[in-house]
Amino acid sequence: MTPLIVFEAVACPLPLDNVDTDQLIPARFMKRPRSDGYGQFLLHDLRQDASSPACALDQDRFKSCQILIAGRNFGCGSSREAAVYALADFGFRCVIASSFGDIFASNAVKNGILPAVVSPEQAETLLAHQGVIQGETMIIDLPDQCIRIGNHTVDFSIDPVWKTQLLNGWDDIDMTVSYASDIARFNQSDAVARPWAQPDRSPAQ
Amino acid sequence: MTERAGSLSSRPKTLIDKIWDAHVVVDREDGQSLLWVDRHLLHEGSFHAFDQLAKRQARLHRPDLTFGIADHYVPTRNRDSLAPEIKRMVDQLSDNCAKHDVTLFGLDDPRQGIVHVTIPAQGLTLPGTIMVCGDSHTSTHGAFGAYAFGIGASEVAHVMMTQAIWQKRPKAMRVTVEGALPAGTSAKDIALHLIATIGADGAQGHAIEYAGSTIRALSMEGRLTLCNLSIEAGARLGLIAPDDTTFAFLRGKPFAPKGAAFEAAVHAWLSLRSDEKAVFDREITIDATALAPTLTWGTTPEQALPITANTPDPATVGDAARARTLTDALDYMGLKPNQPLTGIAIDRVFIGSCTNSRIEDLRAAAAVLAGHRAKVPGLVSPGSSAVKQQAEAEGLDRIFTEAGLQWVESGCSMCVGMNGDLVPAGERCASTTNRNFKGRQGPGSRTHLMSPAMVAAAALTGHLTDVRTLTQGAHR
Ligand code: SF4
Repeated sequence: MTPLIVFEAVACPLPLDNVDTDQLIPARFMKRPRSDGYGQFLLHDLRQDASSPACALDQDRFKSCQILIAGRNFGCGSSREAAVYALADFGFRCVIASSFGDIFASNAVKNGILPAVVSPEQAETLLAHQGVIQGETMIIDLPDQCIRIGNHTVDFSIDPVWKTQLLNGWDDIDMTVSYASDIARFNQSDAVARPWAQPDRSPAQ
Repeated sequence: MTERAGSLSSRPKTLIDKIWDAHVVVDREDGQSLLWVDRHLLHEGSFHAFDQLAKRQARLHRPDLTFGIADHYVPTRNRDSLAPEIKRMVDQLSDNCAKHDVTLFGLDDPRQGIVHVTIPAQGLTLPGTIMVCGDSHTSTHGAFGAYAFGIGASEVAHVMMTQAIWQKRPKAMRVTVEGALPAGTSAKDIALHLIATIGADGAQGHAIEYAGSTIRALSMEGRLTLCNLSIEAGARLGLIAPDDTTFAFLRGKPFAPKGAAFEAAVHAWLSLRSDEKAVFDREITIDATALAPTLTWGTTPEQALPITANTPDPATVGDAARARTLTDALDYMGLKPNQPLTGIAIDRVFIGSCTNSRIEDLRAAAAVLAGHRAKVPGLVSPGSSAVKQQAEAEGLDRIFTEAGLQWVESGCSMCVGMNGDLVPAGERCASTTNRNFKGRQGPGSRTHLMSPAMVAAAALTGHLTDVRTLTQGAHR
């Protein structure tokens, strides 16, 4: 995973609450292998509706955007990591929102995307910011946990563990391998403490 | 962290703490814990994780604790001639499970069904266990006092390789429901009422324990419905302390402990309850006696109201962002402000999904439908092949077909539309499922979530209907 530290990019406004993962990628596209690229399916159905704010993604000034700004409860719903694949493959490295679906946020970090939490008022301010609307770039500073556009600065929060992972580009699995002996030891004592936890495959009595 | 763990062990614990503490392999400085996983459930969508495994040339750490189920893509009709795309998804799961020695409940297996219906019925969901699955409604299994939650594909791959998962201890919320449920209401109404009250992100970062006399009186089916919908309130999971209802359900189930081992297990499970003085981060109380049949009108589960209410009027909402959200939902749903919910015409009904497709759900719908014809078409998809068989033995299938509804095989079906069972664009569906998101049941579909009895009532009249007006002998 590429580390994420400080970067500058265009931010696309998506002034919607409760953007669920069914919106981020409709289920019918999920049969495809990831190698096909999922970016084309991002917010697919919303982008068909000319009146939807999601159409901003197709405007020239947001073509190269890597930051998405949304309302509350972004990424709620299904656990489909494909929603994050769609964002990543489109080019996004950061989503700013006032709250996130838990599973989505965790999936995002595992794919090197920063879920930055700001207050509802700050989200509204950023969504309405002239610089954002005109497609000017903003700076995401992860070490300092702040967002800068023009002379406007907004702090964001992020779980400290996720912050470390993103800064270092760490992969969970590599990290866990170093605990293999702890896992084996736990398993041994647990088998004694909770014998009933094993699936019983013997025939019914 | 050791200090924190020490102080936790000496003070009264919640059920959530007790299960957590029994599964900690390692506590890390930063507050993350590596937890042991007792059951890992896979479905067709798990192919992303199997691909990650293949890339690393890794093996499954504990295939004996892993179970595969074909549900998301399986057709509910004409199973002999699968569309090539669907067949590829189902075959991929079979191949991966065979390659890694994972027990599979495949398309032709009598144990096949929706993962959250068939796994509990097989006795694989046990109190005090940690369960994960690449599906957000894994919270369903909390009905047994299991700590069960949905994970993404990268985490699925992690559990495959290590049988463990990194987690941060969630905050604890207790939802206490007291009193007898009024006629015409069920677990679904408790859940929709809760979500409407606290919001679709109201329980974010929390695990919910459901408690109180109403919860104790619920059957396992009702508890499964309630815990299933915890995720729609934003919770990581929801659970209920196991009791005699739980133990009676588990006794004699295929994969549950047997004989003396079962009695020993029950003895251990009896300690799985929150200590009397345990402190929760948040407490919510619900008076069950005040509940009315509840349904969603909009495009998120939090947009739910009693059937006796009218749609909201954005003009009376002060907050501009909230007014915009309400207007957008009304527009999508093809509804006007202040419109009475009763009387909104529907185009079809769906009874199924891991929320409401168990035998008790089918009985509740059949009780309303018995001897009558539906005014709209609809689909009834039992939650598992075993539920289907039982329903047929009870003659419920005939009630549905005589009412004009289609009685089909088991799977996720019209809950998510991955298998081709779709609500056509612009059509309005009264549905027992869990998500009324835009396009969830098909592009342009409009979904109203409600209980099986309420769906049956809507089917009979062709519009959203208070089931109490039918069952109390009034007009049809
Ligand atoms: S029935 Fe619906 S919610 Fe349940 S597991 Fe299947 S797709 Fe997910």
